[in-house]
Amino acid sequence: MSDRKAKRLFTGSIPLPTFEGFLVPILAVVAALLVGVLFILWVGKDPILAYKALWRVTFGSTRNTLETLVDTVPLIFTGLSVALAFRCGLFNIGGEGQYLVGSLAAAVAGYALPGLPAVVHIPLVLLAGFAAGGLWAALPGWLKARFGIHEVINTIMMNYISLYFVHWLVIAHLKDPTNLSQRTPKILESAVLPNLLQNTRFHLGFFVALLVALGVYFLLWRTIAGYEIRAVGLAPAAAEYGGISVARNIILAMVLSGGLAGLAGAVQVAGISLAYYDGAGFVGYGFNGIAVALLGRNHPAGVLVGALLFGALGRGGVRGMQAIADVPKSMIGVVQAAIIFFIAAEGLFRVLVPRLRQRRQASRGPGPAGGTGGEGAPHSGTATEGGAGR
Amino acid sequence: MAKVLEMVGITKVFPGVIANEDVHFDVEQGEIHALLGENGAGKTTLMNVLYGLYAPDGGELRWQGKPVHIGNPNVAIRLGIGMVHQHFMLVPPMTVAENIVLGAEPSKGGLLDMAAAKKRVRELSEQFGLKVDPEAKIQNISVGMQQRVEILKALYRGAGLLILDEPTAVLTPQEVTELIAIMRRLVEEGRSVIFITHKLKEVLRIADRVTVIRRGRVIDTLYTKDATEDGLAEKMVGRKVSLRVEKDEARVGDVILRVRDLTAANNRHLPALRGCSLEVRRGEIYGLAGVDGNGQSELIEVLTGLRPATGGEAMMNGKSLLGLNPRAIFARGVGHIPEDRQRRGLVLNFTVGENLILGSHHRQPFSVRGLLQGGAIDRRAEDMIQRYDIRTPGTKTLARSLSGGNQQKVIAAREMERDPDLLIAAQPTRGLDVGAIEFLHRRLVEARDRGKAVLLISLELDEILSLSDRIGVIYEGRVVAEVPGHEATEEQLGLWMSGGSTGRRGEAQG
Repeated sequence: MSDRKAKRLFTGSIPLPTFEGFLVPILAVVAALLVGVLFILWVGKDPILAYKALWRVTFGSTRNTLETLVDTVPLIFTGLSVALAFRCGLFNIGGEGQYLVGSLAAAVAGYALPGLPAVVHIPLVLLAGFAAGGLWAALPGWLKARFGIHEVINTIMMNYISLYFVHWLVIAHLKDPTNLSQRTPKILESAVLPNLLQNTRFHLGFFVALLVALGVYFLLWRTIAGYEIRAVGLAPAAAEYGGISVARNIILAMVLSGGLAGLAGAVQVAGISLAYYDGAGFVGYGFNGIAVALLGRNHPAGVLVGALLFGALGRGGVRGMQAIADVPKSMIGVVQAAIIFFIAAEGLFRVLVPRLRQRRQASRGPGPAGGTGGEGAPHSGTATEGGAGR
Repeated sequence: MAKVLEMVGITKVFPGVIANEDVHFDVEQGEIHALLGENGAGKTTLMNVLYGLYAPDGGELRWQGKPVHIGNPNVAIRLGIGMVHQHFMLVPPMTVAENIVLGAEPSKGGLLDMAAAKKRVRELSEQFGLKVDPEAKIQNISVGMQQRVEILKALYRGAGLLILDEPTAVLTPQEVTELIAIMRRLVEEGRSVIFITHKLKEVLRIADRVTVIRRGRVIDTLYTKDATEDGLAEKMVGRKVSLRVEKDEARVGDVILRVRDLTAANNRHLPALRGCSLEVRRGEIYGLAGVDGNGQSELIEVLTGLRPATGGEAMMNGKSLLGLNPRAIFARGVGHIPEDRQRRGLVLNFTVGENLILGSHHRQPFSVRGLLQGGAIDRRAEDMIQRYDIRTPGTKTLARSLSGGNQQKVIAAREMERDPDLLIAAQPTRGLDVGAIEFLHRRLVEARDRGKAVLLISLELDEILSLSDRIGVIYEGRVVAEVPGHEATEEQLGLWMSGGSTGRRGEAQG
């Protein structure tokens, strides 16, 4: 493939999101960190010390950076999961459940299929996680497409069904009899995502995540399927008019979204835990995926950034702020919540940003638009409009 | 007469665009002053400056001779300026009276005094001949009535000057006549009216004076008794425009579409089509006239696969269209310019290029083996933009940011380019300016001259009369009359449209 062709493949008609598109998320993060300062002062600790500690354990050294990336991996998948559903106008809150069934399916595929070479076994494990998550999400997708039952309700309920269903499967059927802890047998050596650097947990899954992010981008903007998913998400009536089946695409988007959440589980099993450990509750990657997608404006590139931020905050809260600066780790929860709050309250920045932009443009003189511009207000809202489902 | 309002040298600049440049505009007491201009000429901007929604970058406002600063709509309302927007701002489940007093509720001892509110609404309604029932719920009254509620809302707040933004765009011909009577009554009672429009006929019919603006500048202000339609059109567009559609005798061929006894239900599951029959032939424009809500929308949706039929048949080139999905119907050679262009016709947040392939996106050359072909899509878009004169900064501009006329051109370009045997054009020029209307009409006639069948559905009788080779009138879900285009008169069609005596085929159908 020629260089130019390759370039067109990825930058063709849809440009990467602009800086302005990310202005609100960036401002939200800054504002949230400032709110964090207030809370840390309030509990009588030193915010500078706390944030320094946060930085040190997340990006302070190569090893720490790599460990942060490891924590970022599942969030990339769940963030992509939520973003993809959003693009079809769907709010998939079922990431937690899809993650659990994906994890368990991957674990079973990992220990129950002996004698396979790694190049076959690893993809098979990942596929098992993807398929399980996708099938699990297919049901709410079908209910939405066929009966119009809202996916938010169904996916939330499916979370609890999966939690107890998986719990029952493990204790009743899949528990490792040779081990006391409540887990499945360990996956086989051939199923393990290879570790890439000694003394770290940094494994191949990180690159799988990058590849999948690229794949989601490619799917959404370079394929018929993506065109149809986005059309349904943005304007169902127009999609229908254009010969696009709304029902089919809703189900497809839910399956892909669920699959990505399932993949998150599979990668954690194959790269970190090496077995399915039955816990008492949700792991949180599914819910944090919502925040990551929100932060990333439902764009794969944005999701990578959002996942990195949430991965870092998660890691830095416990190992940095709590352990070093003696700030309760729940302060990080406050910061994370504040980020979401500020993004949701983007109207706050909307007032601020156009003013800044106007001032900047005024100093630049009249642009190339000439006299053809619109009656009424210029379309100031569109530049920051990234999301599909509101 | 005394000038109520003077806008002196108003300039309003948006980044990159001068929306208003040194605009002089005044309104005398007791006059209807039309503000005429194409979409995007700066009419609404000027009114938003007046209403305090935008701060002008230059110039001065004078209210009854005194300079004023209108910083926000509350100031405008206090001065006695009322605005009726194109899109109504009413609360559907609430009553007329509740909507009118909303934000300025009469109270007695801290309690809402609805009795007083209703009484005042009734008084105003009688004074201006509005015939509004204060107890009716907004969701149960017609669009025309809702507009009157908006007018009442402004009057209730003491408006001496009313701004009506494109008030006739949403009305049926009968409602327009009634609105004109109301406007006359308003000025008789000493109020003044600014009437924003791009329809020349209405200016001459309604207004006392007219100010024409083009590209943000005032071209002329003149008395309507000294104005002609052609003269105004030229001032508005900036060049000579032909208001008449030039077309040769139709060369009519075989029947392409045959609809027989078609029945279908509307969204509320009530019968909307009750045995609709019509035929459209190759090489003709068949105009379907009718008052809104007589089954036109349902007919279009059935023919394009968006709504199931409950009975009857619809044959295209001898094969049934019923039961097919939109994609299959597209493939049979049906093109469709939908009546709701923003909801149906376009994905507003898609780019112009993406919108131009909607419906053909799964076909070569736009996609190959499931992958979209950016190069082919861009080339197609650039070609269409040029040939259909779509004014857009580029192929990657969002459809949302184009003007209404250019959005419609995107749809027309897309549908005509597929070269369908049957083109269904629903309200193809609603809300468009003269230039765009002329352009679209010419394209429809071209399609017909190439031997295509065109089914034109329009609420504008003018449009039906000037374009159609044959005219059918739909009333309560049936075609009740049919007449050759050159024999039709507005009066006769109007009579049929309101359910009066039926003509020709209608009688045979009984």
